[in-house]
Amino acid sequence: MNTIINGLAKAISLILSFDRELYAIIFLSLKVSGLAVVIASLIGIPLGAVCALRRFFGRGVLVTLLNTFMGLPPVVAGLAVYLFLSRSGPLGFMGLLYSPSAMVIAQAVIAMPIVAALTWSAVASVDARVRETALTLGATPMMAEWRMLSEARLSVFSAVIAGFGRTMAEVGAVLMVGGNIAGYTRVMTTTIAMETGKGSFELAIALGVVLIFVAFVVNVLFRMAQGRGMTV
Amino acid sequence: MKLTVRLMLITLTAALFLSSPAMAETRVVLASTTSTQNTGLFDVLLPAYYNWTKMKDVKIDVVAVGTGKAIEVARRGDADILLVHDREKEDAFIKDGYGKDRHDVMYNDFVVIGPPDDPAMAKAATDAVDAFKRLASSGAAFVSRGDESGTHAKEKKLWKAAGVDTVTLKSYLSVGQGMEATLRITDEKGAYTLSDRATYYVLKDSLKSVVLLYWGDPALFNQYGVMAVNPAKFPHAHYDVAKDFIAFIAGPVGQKVIGGFKDKAGHVLFTPNAK
Repeated sequence: MNTIINGLAKAISLILSFDRELYAIIFLSLKVSGLAVVIASLIGIPLGAVCALRRFFGRGVLVTLLNTFMGLPPVVAGLAVYLFLSRSGPLGFMGLLYSPSAMVIAQAVIAMPIVAALTWSAVASVDARVRETALTLGATPMMAEWRMLSEARLSVFSAVIAGFGRTMAEVGAVLMVGGNIAGYTRVMTTTIAMETGKGSFELAIALGVVLIFVAFVVNVLFRMAQGRGMTV
Repeated sequence: MKLTVRLMLITLTAALFLSSPAMAETRVVLASTTSTQNTGLFDVLLPAYYNWTKMKDVKIDVVAVGTGKAIEVARRGDADILLVHDREKEDAFIKDGYGKDRHDVMYNDFVVIGPPDDPAMAKAATDAVDAFKRLASSGAAFVSRGDESGTHAKEKKLWKAAGVDTVTLKSYLSVGQGMEATLRITDEKGAYTLSDRATYYVLKDSLKSVVLLYWGDPALFNQYGVMAVNPAKFPHAHYDVAKDFIAFIAGPVGQKVIGGFKDKAGHVLFTPNAK
């Protein structure tokens, strides 16, 4: 019990004293996961929307695949990205293994199916009459589809949050492709795992607190954005 | 919806802007063991190297994974320098053409850690192999690294010399983790383990229930070696930096830093012995 209380006290003092190491790690986590989710969204939202709005060959299979990969264990994604980015792998010439870029790629791979599958389910559940009405009112098919996506925007936001939450919480993939290099690829989750192994719980607890806090802030921000989004 | 798009664009630009790397830097991967990393040796060694070297804008990225994995990483071309401790694997690595310029750097020794009441009587062992025989016959729990690290390799050799097949051991726990995590599991379970002395010393204060029981057999000698990844095998390898780093760590300045690196109680953790 003492460890927990002392750890929490030290954690709070680390956070309040703007400890440089701590904030560098937090910043890198946000950067890597943020960028990964942006990439995942740029691919996942259109992909999910197209699956929901258009009929094409293999659509059912694609949706099933997206739903399957939603539950992809991060370590499997990490392994795949590791093998691709390794110097002995097909993309080895880029020299990206053990860099933040490799971590972004791995997390984007993890987040994309989540964003796509949730977008699909969000758009697919919009009342089809929205599209019909838009078409009747003279909208082009594209505009009508945009209307559908726009109706689902709150759920699409949630899809993005879910993707971000998954990447922030993930430890296996970033450890494999990033290598947990001090000051370069060490993020919150890998630090927590390492510091716990070392038995220095203060930094681990501080980062745990920050992780929860970040999740809270992100959710508040998105809720605010959603609130405004409704009046647009 | 405009807001969403705008939000996304802002995030994207910000993220891209923030992630633009400093182009001039050369990042060099040093694959090493968990013991060197978690004792904090690199925290003093790397700044000393940056201070010493004449090469500009070089950053050494330490990937600490255990000797077996470190060598595997280097064999795939994903590292430039190795600092490891398993002579057999090191020699094979060089013989297969993957590495060159191997130098001894430093040593310490392996120690047997276990509960203070020592049910296996490891303390009274006549040599390391005898200690392992005692561990096996006592039926006490043993926590193994199980990660192909240098420590794991040494442990396997000792079991073999003791004529013990670990599969037959009742409470042999292969945890597949680094030295610190393995020591903590050993501590929580009141079990035995084989550790390098440096990691044990660094963790000693925070270990509740295990103590140092057996050491001193020459068979427990633990030599660390440094080597460069062969540019003939991997043209992208930063051989120039590797050579420079080896000159540092095996040279007088690096050796002095290693010799001066102590734990809180003043123990020297690694004894420099480069020739």
